Amino acid sequence: MSVETKISDREIIAALQGGLPIVAAPYAEVAGKLGMSEADLVARIAAMKDSGAIRRIAAAPNHYKLGMVANGMTVWDVEDAQVAELGAQIGALPFVTHCYERPRARDQGWPYNLFAMVHGDTPDEVEAKRAEIAAILGDACHGHDILYSKRILKKTGLRLRKRG
Amino acid sequence: MLDDTDRLLINRLQDDLPLSSHPFAEVGKELGLSEADVISRIEAMKETGAITRFGPFFDVAAMGGAFCLCAIAVPSDQFERVMIEVNDFPEVAHNYERDHTLNMWFVLATETPEGIAETAERIEEKTGLQVLCFPKLQEFFIGFRVKA
Repeated sequence: MSVETKISDREIIAALQGGLPIVAAPYAEVAGKLGMSEADLVARIAAMKDSGAIRRIAAAPNHYKLGMVANGMTVWDVEDAQVAELGAQIGALPFVTHCYERPRARDQGWPYNLFAMVHGDTPDEVEAKRAEIAAILGDACHGHDILYSKRILKKTGLRLRKRG
Repeated sequence: MLDDTDRLLINRLQDDLPLSSHPFAEVGKELGLSEADVISRIEAMKETGAITRFGPFFDVAAMGGAFCLCAIAVPSDQFERVMIEVNDFPEVAHNYERDHTLNMWFVLATETPEGIAETAERIEEKTGLQVLCFPKLQEFFIGFRVKA
């Protein structure tokens, strides 16, 4: 075991959560700040990818800036007995980026249990996709709505709360 | 505005960056760009906001933590105040304004599963408004790629 195993995953996450520096040798730069070698940092990141702690190292795009002005969260009240089967069908649609079953909050006027995020270049395009989902759900759906996003208020990814 | 090369690059950058000494040089090689060009284009796209962040995507659930989608019905005359208060929580990973009575939708990411309810409660105390939690019960698909 090298002395560098003393550096915790937490410290590595703290060093990376603001993003990777956009320089020629980014891992070497972060490793230098942590007081470890580039090779050791890369090995630790690889291990975190294997464990699933890091999904990937990538860019988070801003859909609005990329011209995808319409982003609708479609929500559906689907028969509980059919939600698994129908959810799988909706999730497989190419224009659905995220699809989840979530609990209802009926007492708050929220009867919806299936969420499907739909992106498009125009609101019309999103509406057409919404109609396609409605057709698949058919009679198993008792109500639906669409919540367009008006503004990104925050998008930072993970931030560890400071300890101590 | 973004040119075709930027669009090509942004698509490539939504896939995983290599864990090599000079990862941007490698990406550039795939796309026929120099390392310096890749770096300056990423910098420019961060500057303009086309890329909001570049780096590792952590999965708190795989580290023993949790994610949860939450929503608040914010009265319109209090929206800016509540936005500032909610965004101030480091556990709030993203936050969107949406066109509905439930008009503020955000994702909490906490280091423990219990942290979700604790944080939601602290947000309620801070804002004086009810926080509804919509944890995922089943995930049907996650598509990472967007059309650039």
